[in-house]
Amino acid sequence: MIKLKQLTAAVAVSAAFATSAMAEQMTAVSFGGAYGAAQQKHMIDPFTAKTGHKILFENYSGGIAEIKAQVESGNILWDVVDIEVIDLERACSEGLLEIFPQDTLPAGDDGVAAADDFSEAALANECGVGNIVWTILFAYSNDTIKGGKPSKIADLFDTKTFPGKRALRKRPQVNMEWALLADGVAPADLYEVLSTDEGQKRAFDKLSSIKGDIVWFDSWSQAPQLLNDGGAVMVQSANGRIFSAIQADKKPFEMVWDSHVYDLDVWAIVKGSKKKALAEEFIRFATSSKPEAGMQDVAYGPTRKSSYKYVDKDVLSKLPSAHLDEGVKASGEFWADYGESLGEKFNEWLLK
Amino acid sequence: MFPSYFTFWQKLGMYALRITAWSTLAFLMIPILVIVPLSFNVEPYFTFTEGMLNFDPAAYSLKWYQEIWNDDKWVLAIKNSFYIGFWATIIATVLGTFAAIGLTKSEMPLQSAFMALLISPMIVPLIITAAGMFFFYSQLNLAGSYIGVIIAHAALGTPFVIITVNAALSGFDYSLVQASMGLGAKPVYTFFKVIMPLIRPGVISGALFAFITSFDEVVVVLFLAGPEQRTIPRQMFSGLREQINPTILAVAVLLVVVSAIMLLTIEFIRARSEKIRTGV
Amino acid sequence: MSAATLNSVSQSLSAQEIKESKRNLKRRKLLAILFVAPLVFFILAAFVAPIGTMLYRSFYHPTVAQLVPETLTQLERWDSQSGAIPDKKTLITFTLELKQLAKARTAGKLAEEINRALPGSSSLIKFSARKLKKLDEQLLANNGDQRLLEFKKGKWGDPDLWQAIKQSGSVFTDRYYLTALDLKRDSSGSIVQRDTKIYLKLYWKSLKIALYITLLTILIGFPLSYYLATAKTKTANILMVFVLLPFWTSLLVRTTSWIALLQTNGVVNSTLQSLHIISDPLEMLYSQFSTILAMTHILLPFMILPLYSVMKGIDPSYYRAALSLGGKPIPAFIRIYMPMTLPGISAGSLLVFIISIGYYITPALVGGTDGQMISNIIAFHMQSSNNWELAAALGSLLLGLIIIIYWIYDRLVGVSNIKLG
Repeated sequence: MIKLKQLTAAVAVSAAFATSAMAEQMTAVSFGGAYGAAQQKHMIDPFTAKTGHKILFENYSGGIAEIKAQVESGNILWDVVDIEVIDLERACSEGLLEIFPQDTLPAGDDGVAAADDFSEAALANECGVGNIVWTILFAYSNDTIKGGKPSKIADLFDTKTFPGKRALRKRPQVNMEWALLADGVAPADLYEVLSTDEGQKRAFDKLSSIKGDIVWFDSWSQAPQLLNDGGAVMVQSANGRIFSAIQADKKPFEMVWDSHVYDLDVWAIVKGSKKKALAEEFIRFATSSKPEAGMQDVAYGPTRKSSYKYVDKDVLSKLPSAHLDEGVKASGEFWADYGESLGEKFNEWLLK
Repeated sequence: MFPSYFTFWQKLGMYALRITAWSTLAFLMIPILVIVPLSFNVEPYFTFTEGMLNFDPAAYSLKWYQEIWNDDKWVLAIKNSFYIGFWATIIATVLGTFAAIGLTKSEMPLQSAFMALLISPMIVPLIITAAGMFFFYSQLNLAGSYIGVIIAHAALGTPFVIITVNAALSGFDYSLVQASMGLGAKPVYTFFKVIMPLIRPGVISGALFAFITSFDEVVVVLFLAGPEQRTIPRQMFSGLREQINPTILAVAVLLVVVSAIMLLTIEFIRARSEKIRTGV
Repeated sequence: MSAATLNSVSQSLSAQEIKESKRNLKRRKLLAILFVAPLVFFILAAFVAPIGTMLYRSFYHPTVAQLVPETLTQLERWDSQSGAIPDKKTLITFTLELKQLAKARTAGKLAEEINRALPGSSSLIKFSARKLKKLDEQLLANNGDQRLLEFKKGKWGDPDLWQAIKQSGSVFTDRYYLTALDLKRDSSGSIVQRDTKIYLKLYWKSLKIALYITLLTILIGFPLSYYLATAKTKTANILMVFVLLPFWTSLLVRTTSWIALLQTNGVVNSTLQSLHIISDPLEMLYSQFSTILAMTHILLPFMILPLYSVMKGIDPSYYRAALSLGGKPIPAFIRIYMPMTLPGISAGSLLVFIISIGYYITPALVGGTDGQMISNIIAFHMQSSNNWELAAALGSLLLGLIIIIYWIYDRLVGVSNIKLG
């Protein structure tokens, strides 16, 4: 039997939970794993220490679906979101993000005005501010790879020479690009070919040739895990995750830079956020010179020149910016137009 | 061991039955037991290491348990689970108990139709409930709020309260109520002094069922809750999808302990109420 | 006391007494209703209304009608069978409306909607919207149609595209149900099959998986229940804890355990490898196999509990009588004992089948690609493709399926025999 006293105690305890759990705070969302840890260390924690505002730092696995669901249902749960340029253009043109007042960005540590300090690409979209330059490449582990050392994107599709599972992120982005590049399409023609029905069919055919050997994952943090626990012999990954596994965890991983698809990550504000002012303040802080330089922990390059003086000389050669000639720039505009239809074709192809 | 008239084949059959039964019990229990030692693994893997198999004390550690307390998200999730579960249980138990009392009265019109309506939250697949609630609660600005999740969980918990209280009331003689009222007792007094003591075991088991329903529930939370309302199962779900690490196993072990306590409580209540019933 | 018995005794009562007792009955009826009412209102508001909203959403969809109302009015004049595209005026109206949408950043919504009716069209609409945003409104009012037809090598000259816009414009629609059943309307408006079968296959697969799980739980649960029902009460009570503990344990915990057991470097593989039974680890996780295995484990108590309680109530002397009358043990067991356990088997089967057909969490976590069930595709359309209307239609069909199963069961067996542990 519940005594009255115990009941009151229970009510009191839960009331205490209520006040602590309902305290006002802002929600920021990013990709988790090593990258999330670097952001926590160099952007979130210093911001809280400086301003006293609390940030609930959540993970998501990218894409615009969750943002869209929030905006369309009017149920806004996130305030600030770290979004890939590949999704940014679409999210912005579909009205899922707030317009960011870029003229309020602070000057660099060296006094150079923000407009000159940031790279052009970082401020190219009105909805956000570039946060890092990063890239998607594939990696293998010296422990598990058989048949030699892969060095070209075509090797990813060559299951005869390099047997074993390939882990790819479950979405058309980058996979379609790689399929065409591996099939011999020149990087310059890539998006033109991909915008035709024949080009899309060609990409799907190429992917079909290894479909049985593909392991799909949803979140970037799964990539190094799959490589580590033997779930796949080659994985598609954000370069920082592999870098961190090699640097911090001493894993025998190798990155293949051929045909890497580089891109920016951008801080943006979800349309209808109830904490818009706070969110803008956070973005101004997070994209200032020093916090940005902290992303070198995971080999992601800063988007403003004034940050580079904080970057370790040894890390410079590991940044995507040192490998631009081997890679392709992801087209946010292409994916804004084709993300929808290729997304559906891709899902249908998956279910086939 | 067996009756003497059993033939060889009957004995063999009994052995076969015993082996099947015990292996089924093993099948039921092993997955729950296996995570206990794994949660003490010093390495961040989901498997037994050499050291663990050799009972090397250095291979075991409590660090994943410490990790729970050091991680704000887990602490918030634990608070939320108890907070949401507590209020959902209160609402479900109060409403469900009254409804069950009303439903078992012979004067209640359309009994079976109301019964079907009230236990439907148990039958409709959670994904459908969750999707519908997402649409509806968003319009009312209840999505992403504690109240929304509590209401949703209370709705999911009520069928269990109705069923258990119903069972407790099945042998209830309503003339006792009339007798009590006839002797001049006020209805509220009658309720607490006559009805309540008889159905208390049913109400408590119902409340426990309602609590565990909320405590375990993840689909509705997945659709309805915002980052602030993260619960333990929700945190486990994203952990399993994104970054598997043994903290989840440590949480899982703690949850097994919670379930064991619930189970023992409910069995204790049942044994006692059976004693009371058969004793009278 | 019911109304019928009341009438039968009424002869012996005075009119006053009848009136009194009728009023009494009415009061008690009201009291019973008052007890039930709060929960009924609560369930209606918190549970039934949301499901109603979902059902409504599966056929009511005004989005396109709200985005391009003028164009749709104009399109009413257009004969879609003519083989020609709509007239200049319609095209100009559309161009202007699309420009407005681009400015308000809602052109993407229109593209998404039309793309569902005509896959591949979203890129054209988005591309056009982006171009139109920069063009002068006055200019467009004069020759917007020509501009539109210039985009992407004249793709706007396809009558099918305009047909798709017209179709998407209808506020009440059956198209999500058609999609959910792998059907579509061709350009003449008659219902035809889609080239790729996705959803019917998934329904079928979910039914199959649910059936396998039900059969497995019967097969595994029956001997254990029999053993428990015939064991000494004290032993049975202790062993029952091993059934009830999994029952009370969070399903996330049990799913986690299966991941730990089955993964590539998991407990099962490393055990088998250290015993030298296998040399390379088996791929067990993320498949239909792991889904069925984990779900069988999770749902087994739902079979054992009703089965056990029915078996407990069977008097063993029937079976013994059959044996002592010279019946062979196995035929006697099948012919005498088994039929008596049918209420337990059927109650357990209903529970297991209905729960498993709508299962989401376990397939989502251990199912990989081929272990996905219908709930997972509903969740996918809710969370990833944002096609909420299709999710609602798929959900409504699933709900209908479950109601049918439940109704058949109620007719055959009666739902009231279901009890919890």
